[in-house]
Amino acid sequence: VGENGSPTEGVCMGGNAVHWFRKGLRLHDNPALRDALRGADTLRCVYILDPWFAGSSSVGVSRWRFLLQCLEDLDASLRKINSRLFVIRGQPTDVFPRLFKEWKVTRLSYEYDSEPFGKERDAAIRKLANEAGVEVMVRISHTLYDLDKIIELNGGQSPLTYKRFQSLISRMDAVEMPAETITADVMGRCTTPISDDHDDKFGVPSLEELGFEVDTLTTAVWPGGETEALTRLERHLERKAWVANFERPRMNANSLLASPTGLSPYLRFGCLSCRLFYFKLTDLYRKVKKNCVPPLSLYGQLLWREFFYTAATNNPRFDKMEGNPICVQMPWDRNPEALAKWAEGRTGFPWIDAIMTQLRQEGWIHHLARHAVACFLTRGDLWISWEEGMKVFEELLLDADWSVNAGSWMWLSCSSFFQQFFHCYCPVGFGRRTDPNGDYIRRYLPILRGFPSKYIYDPWNAPESVQKVAKCIIGVHYPKPMVNHAEASRINIERMKQIYQQLSCYRGLVQQVTSAPQSEAAAQSSWHGDLRYPGTSTRQQHGGFWIPFHHFSQSAAAAF
Amino acid sequence: MKRNQRGEEEEGGGSSPGSREPRKKKQLRQQDLEDQDESSSQWGRLPQEMLLQVFQYLPLLDRAYASQVCRGWNHAFHMPELWRCFEFELNQPASSYLKATHPDLIKQIIKRHSNHLQYVSFKVDSSTESAEAACDILSQLVNCSLKTLGLISTARPSFMELPKSHFISALTVVFVNSKSLSSLKIDDTPVDDPSLKVLVANNSDTLKLLKMSSCPHVSPAGILCVADQCHGLRELALNYHLLSDELLLALSSEKHVHLEHLRIDVVSENPGQHFHTIKKSSWDAMMRHSPKFNLVMYFFLYEDEFGPFFREEIPVTHLYFGRSVSKEVLGRVGMNCPRLVELVVCANGLRPLDEELIRIAERCQHLTAIGLGECEVSCSAFVEFVKMCGRRLSQLSIMEEVLVPDNKYGLDELHWEVSKHLGRVWFPDMMPTW
Repeated sequence: VGENGSPTEGVCMGGNAVHWFRKGLRLHDNPALRDALRGADTLRCVYILDPWFAGSSSVGVSRWRFLLQCLEDLDASLRKINSRLFVIRGQPTDVFPRLFKEWKVTRLSYEYDSEPFGKERDAAIRKLANEAGVEVMVRISHTLYDLDKIIELNGGQSPLTYKRFQSLISRMDAVEMPAETITADVMGRCTTPISDDHDDKFGVPSLEELGFEVDTLTTAVWPGGETEALTRLERHLERKAWVANFERPRMNANSLLASPTGLSPYLRFGCLSCRLFYFKLTDLYRKVKKNCVPPLSLYGQLLWREFFYTAATNNPRFDKMEGNPICVQMPWDRNPEALAKWAEGRTGFPWIDAIMTQLRQEGWIHHLARHAVACFLTRGDLWISWEEGMKVFEELLLDADWSVNAGSWMWLSCSSFFQQFFHCYCPVGFGRRTDPNGDYIRRYLPILRGFPSKYIYDPWNAPESVQKVAKCIIGVHYPKPMVNHAEASRINIERMKQIYQQLSCYRGLVQQVTSAPQSEAAAQSSWHGDLRYPGTSTRQQHGGFWIPFHHFSQSAAAAF
Repeated sequence: MKRNQRGEEEEGGGSSPGSREPRKKKQLRQQDLEDQDESSSQWGRLPQEMLLQVFQYLPLLDRAYASQVCRGWNHAFHMPELWRCFEFELNQPASSYLKATHPDLIKQIIKRHSNHLQYVSFKVDSSTESAEAACDILSQLVNCSLKTLGLISTARPSFMELPKSHFISALTVVFVNSKSLSSLKIDDTPVDDPSLKVLVANNSDTLKLLKMSSCPHVSPAGILCVADQCHGLRELALNYHLLSDELLLALSSEKHVHLEHLRIDVVSENPGQHFHTIKKSSWDAMMRHSPKFNLVMYFFLYEDEFGPFFREEIPVTHLYFGRSVSKEVLGRVGMNCPRLVELVVCANGLRPLDEELIRIAERCQHLTAIGLGECEVSCSAFVEFVKMCGRRLSQLSIMEEVLVPDNKYGLDELHWEVSKHLGRVWFPDMMPTW
């Protein structure tokens, strides 16, 4: 069984190919599908729908709708080349042995899934395939690079700082070109046997069939599918070209709203190939900047995604605090009531509630909005575990896949990746500075429309007269703020300091370490006592924990 | 630390004084090789000092397992030296993710080791039960002569939810019985003036460190009593409402040792709160008495509450603004804080802090650490700032999104310039954007 195009693969003379779609829901840059077709007699593209998935609360209706739209789009595209999508319900380990027999499959292809759960699942399927004498073809196309090579370059460990990651990337070989799009020509003499009852047996289900209430649903702000993704890509590049500026765009009130050039959900589901995006960006940059070498920052969005995939691929506990070697063990509070208020946008802080409302309604929020609500839930105000926030995002956020979601939550809660914890997003001030008028609030929390800009971020401070005029009494029509932010942030910064102090103590790193490679100091670290902290990989990382006022901490630490 | 049999032997052999040890080590090795049957009894007869050394490196759980091996090791496990420090972790599964110290272990400690305890801390989660459990244990520490006591809330301040009298009576057990308290950490607790009097009455000679931020039941008079009587006090942490001219003068009196750290939390309870001022002469007295002391100030105020602050020179060394602070106030900081060593600005807003930063670089010649959160600074001004501070900046932490590229510098050039001036490789802090 050859992998990644190894020369040992012979040209398949005939045979029945099955391509298994999981992510990578596209026909462009799909090397696994492309290679599966070579010399095959028949091709069937399958998508396996786990029947219990729909009922699980960890995937909300927006995500399901997006997925179904992706599948419809795939089906439509396949129809154009005289093929169809086969949607099959069940568990892969049950489905595949049956299919192998029924369809006399000789070749199975799929896009490589780097996530630990994915690797485990695929290993099981590979075993079944081997037993059935089915050739397995796996290709990497969900990430820019072969993640294992990045890890190898870093001495066998996943890099834990973004800067280190970037320096490794700059030493990697060039990103591989996207594979050719599957067209009728590429299909060649390969056919797809389609039965008359295909729609009944293998059709894409509807939301109703999966058990969702659709009457109350509004039109999708983010329509799923490869076609939409490619259109958006063009728009995205057009806009960049027009602005002729590749710098990070300044944040303004408009940035908060869903953009018709936004691409993150499409990258997650694989409707858009990250490699295609990469090369198109590169081409555009070269054109506009007259053949300058593009800086790494141009690919920021793609590299962050890559970073988290790399961090997660060998860590099955990546989405947990306990037993996760890279996660600081924090004494988070268990508080289901507070968590529900946050998740449902009932915190009493309009900025937070509007963001959570947009998230629930549309499935996407701006990354600074994510920082704001994540900070509020964890280290900023509620002191609730990032795992809870991650679960809510998993349910509601279209572009949140396992690695990126868990990694971001650890980052934003200062649980890993050496993130400085001193600065905290204020649930009133931050929003006010971003959108002074408050239009964003009024849009997603219509109950607060009557408040003037002066009070819309902290309506509890508005005089009763103002509240009456706004027809919204705080505590009656809209909740009072669930915490006192000044108090909460004061307490929480102390908590964070306590935790990091202990880490420093045990590492013998009470003195702040400068950016010289920490090899010696960190190498002396060891698992000491019952406290755990980011593990031995600190040896190779840049960046110590800076605890403000370490002199004071030092003596207090010595006393305790 | 790798724990294996050879490791333990070497540890024991290396650390104990006396020339007998190397021979003994050799003897043990020889006997080990020659006489396998007796090897287990050799382990059982290791000298207690050696075991003590080794056990000190083991986490409690491993030590407990080791203590089950034989009587000798069990005896070592209970040696007083191993029970000087203890941290009681009190968590409820309903309110915490972390495990609590086992109740049986707690019972054992109180029964067999309470008179060995010298450095004790209690970590409690946000449930009232945990705080009550802590008080329960405190009340039983009658035979203890504690040097250090820490009451630490790891989430919400649950000690504040206890009935005040219950807490006070538990705490005063320690105050009265210890008589040699040196360090006391009681932030976010309902401690009050009378209990501080009890503390002082029994521990005035030994008290060196007192951390009591956010203790709302204490009055300025209460803390003044501590300053007046505890002349060895070197470190003090409290809230601004307890700070008074009298307090500073008491801490500067001749009888008083040099103060090393004074931490003050300035917290706003309600918007528009008014804060009293401290006279410059009081700060001057402090400076004359303790020229090297660190003055650490944390501000959690609304932007319009900074009126009384930074109008005159103040010897603050470490300054932390936990909420938004205006350009104007930062300008005043530059003018009036010549001793500033560390500055952290959580947030400021969307008007660039260029001028203010330059002034701080000029006038705060001791500044070695700065952290800038949600602010704006133009790249040119930032480079200028770093150039002026030079290599004394051992910590420079700024969010990448704070820096605004201009005609002179983009982000990539900035990173090189700053690295050059700092003499080390430097990058701004980043947040994921995907």
